[in-house]
Amino acid sequence: MIPAPFEYVRAGSADEVLAALVEHGDEAKVLAGGMSLLPLMKLRLATPTVLVDAGRIADLSYVRDAGDHVAIGALTRHRDLETSELLADACGALRGVAAEVGDNQVRHRGTLGGSVVHGDPASDLPAVLLALDATFVAQGPSGTRELGANEFFEGFLETALEPDELLTEIRVPKSGPGGWAYEKFNRRAQDWAIVGALVVRVDGGTRVALVNMGSTPLRASAVEAALAAGDDLVTAAEHAAVGTEPPADLNASPEYREHLARVLVRRALEGAAAA
Amino acid sequence: MEVGLTANGHAERHDVEPRTLLVQYLRDACGLTGTKVGCDTSSCGACTVLVDGESVKSCTMLAAQADGRTVTTIEGLGTPEAPHPVQAAFREHHGLQCGFCTAGMVMAAVSLLDEVPAPTEADVRLGLEGNLCRCTGYHNIVQAVLAAAEHT
Repeated sequence: MIPAPFEYVRAGSADEVLAALVEHGDEAKVLAGGMSLLPLMKLRLATPTVLVDAGRIADLSYVRDAGDHVAIGALTRHRDLETSELLADACGALRGVAAEVGDNQVRHRGTLGGSVVHGDPASDLPAVLLALDATFVAQGPSGTRELGANEFFEGFLETALEPDELLTEIRVPKSGPGGWAYEKFNRRAQDWAIVGALVVRVDGGTRVALVNMGSTPLRASAVEAALAAGDDLVTAAEHAAVGTEPPADLNASPEYREHLARVLVRRALEGAAAA
Repeated sequence: MEVGLTANGHAERHDVEPRTLLVQYLRDACGLTGTKVGCDTSSCGACTVLVDGESVKSCTMLAAQADGRTVTTIEGLGTPEAPHPVQAAFREHHGLQCGFCTAGMVMAAVSLLDEVPAPTEADVRLGLEGNLCRCTGYHNIVQAVLAAAEHT
């Protein structure tokens, strides 16, 4: 399978990407590692006429200590996250979940920014960013703006980024090395999650996020509220599917996904309590 | 567009369409047909090659993205007379049945051993999760990679 023809533009900087987006409008797509976009283009589900390759912009690939949070360049690869010494101490959850994305080959190419701008509710990493209230930094023709994780993911394959904006940085509040667990259920090892559940403990509270239980990554608010009210883990996990709208597909019915969510949240709560 | 890269130590330069995938560039333009196209959807790993020493699925990478890079395919790893330790271990431990996944399996294993030089069996199984063997010959593949780790 070969993508439909396109004009290839290699950008050397964020400014060059923005200039290309201004020139070509919504006919253009930005290419990072290509692990989400290229499969869509091969299936002709995406047919940009201009492909702006941002993959070589080295100064958008970094993991930096920024005091109360870790600043991560949008083009930082999953491989760089899963091997980051800084993240091992500052945000074990992000490091650990990055190691669960796809397989080695995918993690050698795929980037954090590329993954999140795809807006796929079945992706692993948005769950961590949502649970930790990460901030997304977008650069556009009129400057830079910051978006909260709760406003970034708008719908199925939709984010709050404008067509002329580039995601440049993700700021992840520090959550420490442990106190987290991620439970991912899939059929083949490297597949997307049929359902995933992330639990991370922050400042004495417990955050719970769900993968592939709706059109966006979701917080399991009912579970969080039950825990805050003093429920035990097993009782709290029973609320995992409250307020979700899980999809039906070849892999699972909505009812089965709701069952999976309750089981996976319980396991993740138990795992995070022990970690 | 012109895409130039170093493939197995040789400088290659070919005029291709921007939409050319790396695997097509290697097979059709460079004549390196050891790399196979399996699923063509980045699931099976048969097309795995090394780009700057790291395993990638060449069916899901544009040749343009590899422009100026160093690529290693199965042909560049060893020779029949002097196979790479991973190739020798696959032969010794019968790490192949039909052979279709083998080139990708070997390249993924070389990259894995570069990152994890002394893997456990679990490390090997997890590290090769992106490579599928349609003959289900995983047991001997894992044994071969563990044996190769002791010789590299």
